[in-house]
Amino acid sequence: MLLHTVNKSPFERNTLESCLRVCEDGAGILLIEDGVYGALDNTAVADFIKKRMGNIKFYVLGPDVDARGLANQTMIDGIESVDFGGFVDLVEKHTATQAWL
Amino acid sequence: MEEEWDEDGPEVVKRFMYVNRKAPYGTVYALEMLEKVLIAAAFEQDVHVVFMDDGVYQLKKEQETKGVNMKNFSPTFRALEGYDVEKLYVEKESLEARGLTVEDLVVPVEVLSSDDLKSLMSKQEVILTA
Repeated sequence: MLLHTVNKSPFERNTLESCLRVCEDGAGILLIEDGVYGALDNTAVADFIKKRMGNIKFYVLGPDVDARGLANQTMIDGIESVDFGGFVDLVEKHTATQAWL
Repeated sequence: MEEEWDEDGPEVVKRFMYVNRKAPYGTVYALEMLEKVLIAAAFEQDVHVVFMDDGVYQLKKEQETKGVNMKNFSPTFRALEGYDVEKLYVEKESLEARGLTVEDLVVPVEVLSSDDLKSLMSKQEVILTA
């Protein structure tokens, strides 16, 4: 199974939507950099992820969340926060990594 | 060399608008825009700073950048008042789409609807967007 990383804000680019369109059930998506905005609940784009929750495993990079002042914002239920070490573990655990830019 | 202005202030004051549309750390646009705002402030211009789209995230409280080794420049927005930059505007629609309110922001701002922003924008003499 693939690990996808998405680093663009879903409000500004369609990267997350494209990734979700071709993402197999069972794969993992790690939101990094401006991609972390996609993990927030109660936004106009929260449904992108909510629709696939349960079929795809979603992760968010904690240090990028903290940098953007989002540590105390409500995240979509079921998204797991990882640190840089956790990022490495995810890469190691999947067959390949697809870095969406 | 001729003096550009005397103690009374600058000879020419124009209405400048800076439109911030980018999130703070994924690209360098936001930081560069802040530098441009400070330049206009140094020349004592009539500065209007707008935050719309992902630009509203620049003002999000509680930014903590140690973990990503980047400079947290959000406190600078609080210092703008000291440079007489006090006209800060946030587009209402952009805030709402992101589930944010003015309580989430590091500085007091005026919240404008797209329509109000439209008229304010058309009154400007210089507009810079990033």
